Amino acid sequence: MTWTQNFTADAFPAGSDAFQHKHLLGISGLQKWEILYILKEAEHWVALNRSGPAKHDDRLSGMTIINAFFENSTRTLLSFEIAGKRLGADVVNMHAAQSSVKKGETLIDTAMTLNAMRADAIVIRHASSGAVQLISSKVDCPVLNAGDGSHEHPTQALLDALTIMRRRGSVEGQTVVICGDVLHSRVARSNLFCLKSLGAEVRVVAPPALMPHAIEAFGAKAFSNFDEALSGADVVMMLRLQNERMQGDFIPSPREYYHLYGLDERRLSLAKTDALVMHPGPMNRGVEIASNVADHIERSAITEQVEMGVAVRMACLDILTRKARAVEGWA
Amino acid sequence: MTAISILNGHALLPGTDKAEAMPLQIQDGKIASFGDSTGKPVQLDATNLLIAPGIIDFGVFKTDKPAFRFGGITRAALMPDQSPVHDDPATVRYAALKGKPDLWVHPLAAATQGLAGLQMAEIALMKEAGAVGVATGRKWIGDSGIMLRIMRYCAALDLPVIVHSEDAALAGNAVATESETATLLGLSSASPITETLAIARDLMLAEESGAHVHFRQVTTARSLDLIREGKARGLKISCGITPGHLFLSNNAIFDFRTFARLSPPLRDESDRLACIAAIADGTIDVIASGHDPRGPEDKRLPFSEAAPGMAGAETLLALTLNLVRDEIITTGRLFELLATNPARILGLNSGQISIGYEADLILIDPYAPWQVDSNRMTALAGNTPFDKLPVQGRVRHMLKGGKIIAA
Repeated sequence: MTWTQNFTADAFPAGSDAFQHKHLLGISGLQKWEILYILKEAEHWVALNRSGPAKHDDRLSGMTIINAFFENSTRTLLSFEIAGKRLGADVVNMHAAQSSVKKGETLIDTAMTLNAMRADAIVIRHASSGAVQLISSKVDCPVLNAGDGSHEHPTQALLDALTIMRRRGSVEGQTVVICGDVLHSRVARSNLFCLKSLGAEVRVVAPPALMPHAIEAFGAKAFSNFDEALSGADVVMMLRLQNERMQGDFIPSPREYYHLYGLDERRLSLAKTDALVMHPGPMNRGVEIASNVADHIERSAITEQVEMGVAVRMACLDILTRKARAVEGWA
Repeated sequence: MTAISILNGHALLPGTDKAEAMPLQIQDGKIASFGDSTGKPVQLDATNLLIAPGIIDFGVFKTDKPAFRFGGITRAALMPDQSPVHDDPATVRYAALKGKPDLWVHPLAAATQGLAGLQMAEIALMKEAGAVGVATGRKWIGDSGIMLRIMRYCAALDLPVIVHSEDAALAGNAVATESETATLLGLSSASPITETLAIARDLMLAEESGAHVHFRQVTTARSLDLIREGKARGLKISCGITPGHLFLSNNAIFDFRTFARLSPPLRDESDRLACIAAIADGTIDVIASGHDPRGPEDKRLPFSEAAPGMAGAETLLALTLNLVRDEIITTGRLFELLATNPARILGLNSGQISIGYEADLILIDPYAPWQVDSNRMTALAGNTPFDKLPVQGRVRHMLKGGKIIAA
């Protein structure tokens, strides 16, 4: 574990708890010290998760966590489920495909139903930007955003920051390149806000049709040429290109996309010699990333990201339920 | 019919900037004379009140009597986007009679069958049934051939064509204008030229056909430049706007506020200021409410899934009086925008205080303070993006065709 960030007490404001939000809806509403606090807490859980077969801490024992996923997910759902269970909570998963959502129930009614079941935390993924915030305004317990439309995916950004911090010593001063479908990517948005807040230089690379308007207003440097953006990069973060966007509407073909924006060994050699390769998954090998780059034993941090995901989510669940558990100092 | 005498008030006469002390005599539903009464009419005391023509709300989506009464709207041009669509004479005739006598609804006929933009509707028959204009509805008609034929047909029938200006292919599934806010919120967005491009085409077709084309909502600087240019070239065009685009920019959608989801979407501050300038220089002819009450089933949803539109009838007058207080326009000019111009475009014998005109009048206390409250509106729904805004200006009395309409 290599921390160069300074975590003395004066990094946090005096007089209250270190995370004053009821919900975790996005990175854009968080202060730098709040982000750092979650990351610091997550370190503890990384250690626990590596501690052997009995990796349980039952501080959430008796609590009910509902994972309400209105959009399909494998790794995020699994990651939240494992996080909740390692903390001792009763974790229930609700998949939209099996739910009354299919029968026409409105989102608000579904939220009220979940609330009536007295969940102690609800983790939500939804295909519409803002849907998680809408639900959070109608329920009593903390809500964690596991991805809403093209808006935010805060735990992904936190686990990415933790990965960078551990592998590179710090986020501050790092040059991070984010490449792919930035327009539709909640991962890109949350990462941009998080990395800028922690002091990184962020370069975003996308074909013109997939670059959001005014992204530079948020502190990113925009590039359409991947090679140029890679020069001097410490971290290369690739985004998934969704199949439905490859059929001519946004880009001509997967082949052409890979030609311009695929990360292969030649491109990676343009970045710093020890640059880190990251991907939020699931990967499309050969579409946005070459297999030998994705599997590069020293450079790729992709599996480590997944590992950090569980720790970050344990930290978030712990922090957000402290009030309900009457943890001292978190009244 | 009873004669009414309105005393002690200040009346806004055509062509004047501000109201003058003037008693009004009403006989047989019409404005009969200025000056003192003869005989013994019903007397209406208008001390400290402004007597203005009743608002003619050009382009509403619902007939909403209580909201119109509150807002001082005596006539409303109803959009064809109803269920069923107003694309045949029977539905048009029914709509035209529905509000009478308290409220006159002037239906706008659907330009195409089912508003699908493919085949022309029975425009002439609908005109005979009471339609005062032809509208494309909430959508733009993408097929330029159909649009030209509709305009030529309407030119021959002497009917204005009311268009929605939003290039459908450019707009795609956008729910916001390209902006920092849209990017921050991760909402699909489109360039403001979506509107300008549609207006550019329809200006060409207006010139080609000689039709009177009314652009119902013009909301960007570049679009207004095109309108200005078209008017200078002598085209028979007019255009309007709603208070949403005059008083709000796209920052209002922050926090996914679905009440601020409008069609066209709210624009940048620079475009909003261009709209204010276009009010001041006379480029914009009409301010309407765009009244589109939407309940929670349409609005309490994720932003992209919520229906666009705002309930605007109750706030139209109070909000636009701000334009007078901010010295952008005079009171006289405001009522040209709210009443006189809509009447002229739609061919109605109303919209001004002149002898022989329908006595559609509102008596306003322009300074009366109140607060917009989406929970306490008289409209069918309280979806206003101006919730909690303190405003000034209340309608104290309303007369439709010389009859006092109770609140």
